[in-house]
Amino acid sequence: MKYQLQLVFKSQKFVTGFVIFAAVFLLILFYPLLVTKNPLEMTGGLFYKPGTYVSVTDAVDTQSYKINKDVVTGKLTKSVTAEEQQLMRDWLLNYCPEVKPEEVSDAKKAYDIIELWLQYYDKTVEMEGATKAVKNQYVRLYDKVENILESEGYIVSRKNAETGEMEEVAAIETKEFVNVKDIPNRVTFPLGTDNFGRDVLTELVAATRTSLKIGLLAGTVATAIGLTLGLLAGYVGGMIDNVITFITNMFTVIPSFIILILIASGLGQAGRGAMLVAVVIGFTSWPWTCRSVRAQTISLRNRDHVNLSKLSGHSLPRIVLTDILPYVASYVVMAYILQIASGILSEAQLSMIGLGPSTNKVATLGLMMNWAMQFQAPLSGAWWAFIPVVLSIAMISFSLNLMNTGLDQVFNPQLRE
Amino acid sequence: MGKIMLEVNNLKTKYVTRFNESVYAVDNVSLRLEEGESMGIAGESGCGKSTLALSLMGYYFAPLHHIEGSIIVEGKDITKMTPDQVRKTVLGTEISYIPQAAMNALNPTQKIIRFIENVIHAHDPGMPKNRIYEMARDRFEVLNLPEEVLEKYPVELSGGMKQRTVIAISTILSPKVLIADEPSSALDVSSQKMVIKMMRELMKNGFIKSMIFITHELPLLYNVTDDIMVMYAGQIVEKGTAKEMVFDPLHPYSKGLMGSIIVPEAGTRDAKLTAIPGTPPNLKNPPAGCRFAQRCKYAHAACKVQSIEEVRLKDGRMYRCILDQNELKEGKK
Amino acid sequence: MAKSNEIFLGGKGVTKVYGFGDKKTVAVNKVDFEFHKGEIVSIVGESGSGKTTLAKMLLGLHSVTAGEIYYNGELRDIRSPRKKRAYWKGIQAIFQDPFSSFNVFNRIDTLLLDCINMRGQKNLPYDKKVELMTQACGFVNLKFAELTRKYPFELSGGQMQRLMIARIFLLKPRILIADEPTSMIDACSRATILDMLLKLRDEIDMTIIFITHDIGLAYYVSDSVYIMEHGIFVERNTADEVILHPKADYTKRLIKDVPKIYEEWDLSTV
Repeated sequence: MKYQLQLVFKSQKFVTGFVIFAAVFLLILFYPLLVTKNPLEMTGGLFYKPGTYVSVTDAVDTQSYKINKDVVTGKLTKSVTAEEQQLMRDWLLNYCPEVKPEEVSDAKKAYDIIELWLQYYDKTVEMEGATKAVKNQYVRLYDKVENILESEGYIVSRKNAETGEMEEVAAIETKEFVNVKDIPNRVTFPLGTDNFGRDVLTELVAATRTSLKIGLLAGTVATAIGLTLGLLAGYVGGMIDNVITFITNMFTVIPSFIILILIASGLGQAGRGAMLVAVVIGFTSWPWTCRSVRAQTISLRNRDHVNLSKLSGHSLPRIVLTDILPYVASYVVMAYILQIASGILSEAQLSMIGLGPSTNKVATLGLMMNWAMQFQAPLSGAWWAFIPVVLSIAMISFSLNLMNTGLDQVFNPQLRE
Repeated sequence: MGKIMLEVNNLKTKYVTRFNESVYAVDNVSLRLEEGESMGIAGESGCGKSTLALSLMGYYFAPLHHIEGSIIVEGKDITKMTPDQVRKTVLGTEISYIPQAAMNALNPTQKIIRFIENVIHAHDPGMPKNRIYEMARDRFEVLNLPEEVLEKYPVELSGGMKQRTVIAISTILSPKVLIADEPSSALDVSSQKMVIKMMRELMKNGFIKSMIFITHELPLLYNVTDDIMVMYAGQIVEKGTAKEMVFDPLHPYSKGLMGSIIVPEAGTRDAKLTAIPGTPPNLKNPPAGCRFAQRCKYAHAACKVQSIEEVRLKDGRMYRCILDQNELKEGKK
Repeated sequence: MAKSNEIFLGGKGVTKVYGFGDKKTVAVNKVDFEFHKGEIVSIVGESGSGKTTLAKMLLGLHSVTAGEIYYNGELRDIRSPRKKRAYWKGIQAIFQDPFSSFNVFNRIDTLLLDCINMRGQKNLPYDKKVELMTQACGFVNLKFAELTRKYPFELSGGQMQRLMIARIFLLKPRILIADEPTSMIDACSRATILDMLLKLRDEIDMTIIFITHDIGLAYYVSDSVYIMEHGIFVERNTADEVILHPKADYTKRLIKDVPKIYEEWDLSTV
């Protein structure tokens, strides 16, 4: 046992997988201790992008600092969108004979193109063939840019509670800054928010935890069923073997995912808790564990140490538990690891097609994907709603598979490089 | 005295285990093989005889490592060559090696003639296939192997036939030395007999110039080889002619080994088998002094500390013991 | 040699067939045998002759396709697990490969304690059990103090096989089936194992059935020899008769194929 552990930890593959898995595991263990808020609390709104959000009124109230910086360029670049810049380019090329096309193409930066456009734009120039809507668009754009350029700051006023008159409270100049740390009301969404306005990072940690639990439970159920039936079929043989092999073959022939879908939809929306889904996944994925355990047991059944155990008068359960099980244990551990990984993937697949756990109490990796899909995160460019989920699924199954390969190389010396 | 085919001087090799421990399996072995000579190596399992066989090929790769000593074939020291050079210039033409499970090494998807073509083309790429076929057929005929075998697949042959075919293939280039490590131990007695007969044919026809035959079955060695060396814990403890070794062993270990011979002949039932108590030492940490001292009933106090040198007698006999020849002979009674 | 005329283990028309229809193989074909009390019998045959199948049937590990096996004067009845257990108190085995005969996950103590339990001495105080185990190990020149808490794979093949004999010493069966007990171990250890088996036979007066391919070994140890070829006995007689005056062609060939040291080994007959 000690030697085997030593060998296992000498395998680079296993150690790499183990380190990744341990990192994920520690994260889901310690993150909730640091961030104690409810992971499903809807703090934000639909797909807020990653970043820190500060309260605007707090910003007005907080002590300000004068900082000498060209704020206009930054503002222009940020508020004139790429489409608006394209509009400007189109105008310059189509309606402005004074500008050469090279000049337009030379103006790469947002500020350059805006500057060029402002220089030549004239409301009165006749735009042949353009609809009124298009013309108005240019007028509005010009006003918007002018506004930014000419902004001398804002005056903040507040309604007096008694008189109902507006009173000036503060004037804000363009070069006034506040320190973010001074602002009492701040929210940070390192990975933005999802469609319900929930913090994706916190939700992701909670979801990874639930998914791991699902994988663990599914793997345990699958391994327990597969191991028991495999040992029974392999060791006892005869009629029992035939029946079990028949059932196993049936499960193998019908794709387990279809059985999974049938059971999951049969359970109904109300009946599908996360753990029940895990049990269902486990219940459909045992056949291949069963088949390989059976095959190994059959080859062990006629070994001399089993014969000797029989001659020593040991009972069937005892022979199976002490003379067969330890010999297949290393294989079962490897199969178990793979079953965990495939349990997590199955849950994700099921949830993607809307047959996952139906609950609003917990998040799972699959459900997060499902929500992101339903609210069209990929279309609206809200990558933060699904890319981190995909990565964490990939990471977990990668680390588990790597550990499995490492173990395989230790226990099957033929595979060693 | 015939031409020297193989000369080994003070060869030391070791294995490195997965836990980075060194096992000194061949320690200070010297031997010399002349043309037409066949040498047997006997010993218990774990005494280093298979490692010696591998070491003698000069083909070292992990976990087997050469420490010191030389193996001289055709005037060249092959321990100085790279494994690749050894494979290309020594194996097959100078030295051939047949392991115990050789018959299982044949690729089941190829006909026997293809293996022969591969072996010959590795050394003479230009030889036409019909020439190879003729050559193989002639060789098979002399060795009493049916010609049809050439066109068969390995799975179509019985175990004994396969083993004989492998031996024929690996000696097709007429090597100077054939090293056979338990070539017949996995076979039935009748197949074993055929293998032995074939090895004798090989020697008689000069297809091999000399032979090293390794087995733990002493009656077999007695019938196959001229000389026998007994190996114990990585060292050669005694060497002599087959007759001397079986009927008149000197070293206490050889005596034990020879005392364990059982043959189905009259007299066997009355002979008392002798058993050697204890187990061989662990070669990760070989004992100082005589390696057999712990199990030897004649051991002195000095045996355990003093390193024991080989004693060479006039007639080519050698033994490694603190006692002199006469003392050993008396001890026998 | 202590030998009586009472038939202790016998068989009439014992047959074992594997497979059905076209794939049918007859491993053992209607063999008759009578083994007497205190006798050492060898069953000699090459691989595939059916000798191991016969041994497994005698042990009750394989079912018998046809024929009857008599044990202790009456028809053997091992239909229930309880009866099997009772049968195995009287008949035990040593197998060919010591490395696969042990459960490598169990300590040596477990193996030996099992034997004591099987003899119905489960309730003995622990130090009494240790005494028994020490005695058994001493019988095969092993020291229990050195073995205790060790695992089988820490021993050499010869030591393992001796431990198997120690197990038999503890169980004291009336019949021992030794299936090639020395073929996987060294020539030197072989003598030790054989000596111990013979000593054990004298000690507890048991019948030993030796299954072997080595006709020399069979000759050395046994009182009577059965030669088996393709599932049938081609020759059976006392050891001296079979080896020195063989009648069946197969026996003659078998003897000729073994290398000799006192006579010339005739290589021309292959």
